[in-house]
Amino acid sequence: MDIHEYQAKELLSGFGVNVPPGGVAYSPEQAVYVATELGGWHWAIKAQIHAGGRGKAGGVKLCRTYQEVAAAAKGMLGSVLVTAQTGPAGKAVHRLYVEKAEPYVRALYLGFVLDRKIERIRVIASAEGGVEIEELAARLPETILQQQVDPAVGLQAFQARELAFGLGLNIKQVSQAVTTIMGCYRAFRDLDATMVEINPLVVTKDDRVLALDAKMSFDDNAMFRRPRVTEMRDAAEEDPRETQAAELGLNYVGLTGDIGCIINGAGLAMATMDVIKHAGGEPANFLDIGGGASPERVAAAFNLVLSDKNVKSILVNIFAGINRCDWVAQGVVQAAHGLRVPLVVRLAGTNEEEGRRIIAGCGLPIISADTLAEAAAKAVAASRGESVR
Amino acid sequence: MSILIDETTRVIVQGFTGDKATFHAKEMIGYGTSVVGGVTPGKGGQRHLDRPVFNTVKEAVNATGAEASLAFVPPPFAADALMEAADAGLRLVCIITDGIPAQDMMRVKRYLRRYSKAERTTVVGPNCAGIISAGRAMLGIMPGHIYIRGNVGIVSRSGTLGYEAASQMKALGIGVTTSVGIGGDPINGSSFLDHLMLFEQDPETHAVVIIGEIGGPQEAEAAKWVQENMTKPVVGYVAGLTAPKGRRMGHAGAIISAEGDSAAEKSELMKAYGLLVAPSAAELGATTALALRKAQR
Repeated sequence: MDIHEYQAKELLSGFGVNVPPGGVAYSPEQAVYVATELGGWHWAIKAQIHAGGRGKAGGVKLCRTYQEVAAAAKGMLGSVLVTAQTGPAGKAVHRLYVEKAEPYVRALYLGFVLDRKIERIRVIASAEGGVEIEELAARLPETILQQQVDPAVGLQAFQARELAFGLGLNIKQVSQAVTTIMGCYRAFRDLDATMVEINPLVVTKDDRVLALDAKMSFDDNAMFRRPRVTEMRDAAEEDPRETQAAELGLNYVGLTGDIGCIINGAGLAMATMDVIKHAGGEPANFLDIGGGASPERVAAAFNLVLSDKNVKSILVNIFAGINRCDWVAQGVVQAAHGLRVPLVVRLAGTNEEEGRRIIAGCGLPIISADTLAEAAAKAVAASRGESVR
Repeated sequence: MSILIDETTRVIVQGFTGDKATFHAKEMIGYGTSVVGGVTPGKGGQRHLDRPVFNTVKEAVNATGAEASLAFVPPPFAADALMEAADAGLRLVCIITDGIPAQDMMRVKRYLRRYSKAERTTVVGPNCAGIISAGRAMLGIMPGHIYIRGNVGIVSRSGTLGYEAASQMKALGIGVTTSVGIGGDPINGSSFLDHLMLFEQDPETHAVVIIGEIGGPQEAEAAKWVQENMTKPVVGYVAGLTAPKGRRMGHAGAIISAEGDSAAEKSELMKAYGLLVAPSAAELGATTALALRKAQR
């Protein structure tokens, strides 16, 4: 789960990280009001979307007058930002963050990530913030400073100091940078984050260290114990079909093809999509019905897949371990009444014979298949309007 | 021979009295697994499935001589159950539970390192289908009938894709020594590499199939080890060639994943390290048959 910049800053400032003063706005009037409240002469108007690369895409504007604030807010709200991280469809802007602009002399990079390779939290810092940091990491890896955190004792102050001195900060700045680094780490640990990124972390002329931007992602599996973070979820940032699916215990990702997929297990779902492609077709979606799926959940999966109007055939591929083929078959039969597209079903594993009997005996035109290859070939043929038995 | 478990392995079930645990414990017993009891805190002294229930893993180990456990514990308590099992001296714990916080698993992995390598518990999972030594014993939730006894080892991140491989092999008359589901979570108890090392030592295993997914460094690490150390042929497959690139937040993830994360990149790495890569998931069985012919030469 991701949150907005302003939410990340609110959380991080609770852990001692310095951030510029700012406020959220949902309209140009509100934006001007926030700017007057903040005072000062310069404000940054920042589009709040769950993606980086906003600056280059016009999602961050520096304003010198209230008129400029109003105009920038009007231009951004309701617009769609396409950045290097959003994908081609972009993201619509519904919220703005109005922040007191801070002139700075240095822009650094600070990141925390759960590293699967070392199975620990890794801290990454660079004296070159703001730029395309991963390109720098590939080109000049020695410029990237790193620390690994031992989960038994947590990040130590000396590690934060090594990073801060490594960034070439003076002693006044180092103590603030250490507070920032330790604060980000504690937020990462205590809120079950998977990523915290301050890009840029800036140094002002008067030696203050400030988080000018902040991004946080969280571990969905841990949100049961993080109600404060869960409340920050912004449904407008998520694909409504994916949100609906998650509520039903399904894992759905919409794609652009025309063969609807209903499968158990993420690995088998991906593999089935690969086999469909191999057979000359294009999957319309990724859908994992998960373990222990009831007939109701299977029927709900059909509704979700059929809500995509491009779907020309449906492939149900179940290899049941913790699932039961007979339950899946009941759900399939429920959903198959009055279906507008051909349906190919392949059932294997726990209670497969009972499941196949239910499908064969239901009197509906369901195409059955015994193997993965056969199921994919039939679904592809059916999507092209060929008659398949 | 097989790896990790056989019919003599004494097994307990953690979270024994829950519905799912009960269903799958029955299946395991039916398959021939030596289930000697279980643990549910607060239900010690009762009997369940005609076997004793204990309050703690230590009590269960002392009373039954158990050496392995299957953990069916809800996500908030799963890390605790794994550490309890390690502390009680179990040699092997297989955790089926899906949805365990990543930082909990990170702490479990760190905790396991307090024991010397020889005494360290092997954790398989979480979010996995478990372990089956065909015709001998089952420590998991898989449909047992799709595995026939033979000489191929399977290690798979995905449970259902592991089933797919076993059933394609069965259709060609190819059997399995042991199949291990290592689970699909970002941090898992044991890796492809851990089990490849065991299969390399197992005289009955003539070839191994490893089935990966997009994301993470484990497939690349295993493939490299195969080229340098493995004498037996290894079949590889990585699911997710058509998976769309995920949305991205920030740069930190991209900085640390120097080696390729995508299915295409991992498949290429596998080929470069001399694995036989199955061209599609529908050809896992056929590619394994090819590998066995290679092993005989």
